[in-house]
Amino acid sequence: MTGGPTTPAAIETRQLCKTFGAFVVTDTVDFRLEHGARHALIGPNGAGKTTFVNLVSGALAPTSGTISLNGADVTALSQAQRVKRGLIRTFQINQLFRKLTVLENVGLAVTERHGLAGNAWRPAGSNRAVLDEAFALLERVGLAADALRVIADLPYGRQRMTEIAVALGLNPKVLLLDEPAAGVPTGDVGLIIDLIEQLPADIAVMLIEHDMAIVFRVAKRITVLTEGRVLIEGTPADISQDPKVREVYLGERKPR
Amino acid sequence: MTSELSKTSPPASDATTTAAMDNFARAHRLSPLEALPWLAAVGAYFVFPDYLALGSQILATIIFALSVDLLIGYTGIVTLGHAALFGTGAYTAGLLAANGWGDPVSGLLIAALVSALVGFISGALILRTHGLTLLMQTLVVAALLYEVANKAGRYTGGGDGLQGMSVWPVFGQFRFDMLGKVAYIYCLAVLFVCWLAMRIVVHSAFGRSLMGIRENVARMHAIGTPVERRKLFAYTLSAGLAGISGALIAQTTSFVGLGVLSLERSGSILIMLIIGGVGQLYGAFIGVPLYMIAQDRFATIAPVYWYFWIGLFMVFLVLFARGGVLGILTRLTQRKRGAS
Repeated sequence: MTGGPTTPAAIETRQLCKTFGAFVVTDTVDFRLEHGARHALIGPNGAGKTTFVNLVSGALAPTSGTISLNGADVTALSQAQRVKRGLIRTFQINQLFRKLTVLENVGLAVTERHGLAGNAWRPAGSNRAVLDEAFALLERVGLAADALRVIADLPYGRQRMTEIAVALGLNPKVLLLDEPAAGVPTGDVGLIIDLIEQLPADIAVMLIEHDMAIVFRVAKRITVLTEGRVLIEGTPADISQDPKVREVYLGERKPR
Repeated sequence: MTSELSKTSPPASDATTTAAMDNFARAHRLSPLEALPWLAAVGAYFVFPDYLALGSQILATIIFALSVDLLIGYTGIVTLGHAALFGTGAYTAGLLAANGWGDPVSGLLIAALVSALVGFISGALILRTHGLTLLMQTLVVAALLYEVANKAGRYTGGGDGLQGMSVWPVFGQFRFDMLGKVAYIYCLAVLFVCWLAMRIVVHSAFGRSLMGIRENVARMHAIGTPVERRKLFAYTLSAGLAGISGALIAQTTSFVGLGVLSLERSGSILIMLIIGGVGQLYGAFIGVPLYMIAQDRFATIAPVYWYFWIGLFMVFLVLFARGGVLGILTRLTQRKRGAS
């Protein structure tokens, strides 16, 4: 542990459990995401990774256990309230508005963060400050040229970048990236990696990823999840050499 | 992607982007086409002086269709019981006028408030559910109110309808005449105000977030939208509009019957909206007149077969013309633009 057990972590779960009927999806998970971390959560299909993201982000309520953000218990807070505190997630399968432009998708998030989205009076497009902020964000992530294209017309890799841009529009302190490169053609994976590597250092990033190339490029720590339980946690070197991990997850393939 | 991601960055710079963004920011500006329904409504006043009573009903019903569109078309909240709010408005205005307060404009406002309040309370209870469950809940609310109106015959007249409404002149000046001229102009003016309010709302940031909820509620949760609160606000607004519509019809016909709370009322407004086109603001302006004029014509020729023809038309629309008449028109103009 880098911060020591007494410093509050960016995210900490204690004894977190989620069951659907008799099926245990998350099994007493104790997990710490340190401030500024680059922490990957890996595991075979069905290990409960996305469920874990859903629990932490508040999309699902846990059966038992607690989740805290910077030491404050947020277990009872709604997803919207957690977002206001800087806990942001992205989706494994794109959840963008396909008929809207990239700028509008990011603009919706920026509008919501500024607390302007409840305004039923002012035309949505008229807030120049919001548009400029959204556009500046797109310039930073290299999507400025696509700002006015609708999502449905974009190559998938660019759609995935927009997914992250939307999250950045919410000023995350903690960013949960659920397979950011899923479905991205091999040639464009580099764009996603670049984008993740250029995220501001003060954002704590938790990354779910199947592509080991990305995991070992980006992550400084790795947690392996199997059947809803934490199998092991450690540095990429520890994980890649652990025989248990090689058996259940990595197979015989050597990480690049 | 050359520079390090930093918190500060220059805003949009080059000229083409700025121009495109200006265009985007002006998306809510009025287009000349939007004058069409108003020209038609004013024209109809002069061309069909014998049909002003039907015309007023159409104008008032368009408001009801707008209110349903805000829920179904824009927010994706399905309802089969919106007559509950329509009827609440109608009975509020009716009871006021039958009990010594016949001022139409204040009656309309009170009806809107009462309906909005009923919408707020029932919405707070039923909007926790989704899909079919929600559909059933909306039915239940309407059925409950129907029975209340039915059983409270001492006040509402029950199945005989509310008698003895006395509606005063509008602003104390314009007495409702036998030909329905004042009623028509009154309905047209109220519709204009309601349309304007609705247009402002759907183009606002709030309206955008409603469409976001309709399209992808998971995304809206993830960007921190208080989804339940937004839906409840939309429901309350929609209830207020429905109440205005019901009150207008009560005031201009000087009668309120149990039919204002009926399932048929909730269902027919849906059909009108689907015929016109859902979620496009102007669907109400097309579907309601089409339906009500056709109903009026068929009722004199072959009243029994009216539902057969409307049913056939609906099947045709669903199979071949998604998006209603407005959808067909949009596709035609796009094709024309593509060809030239």
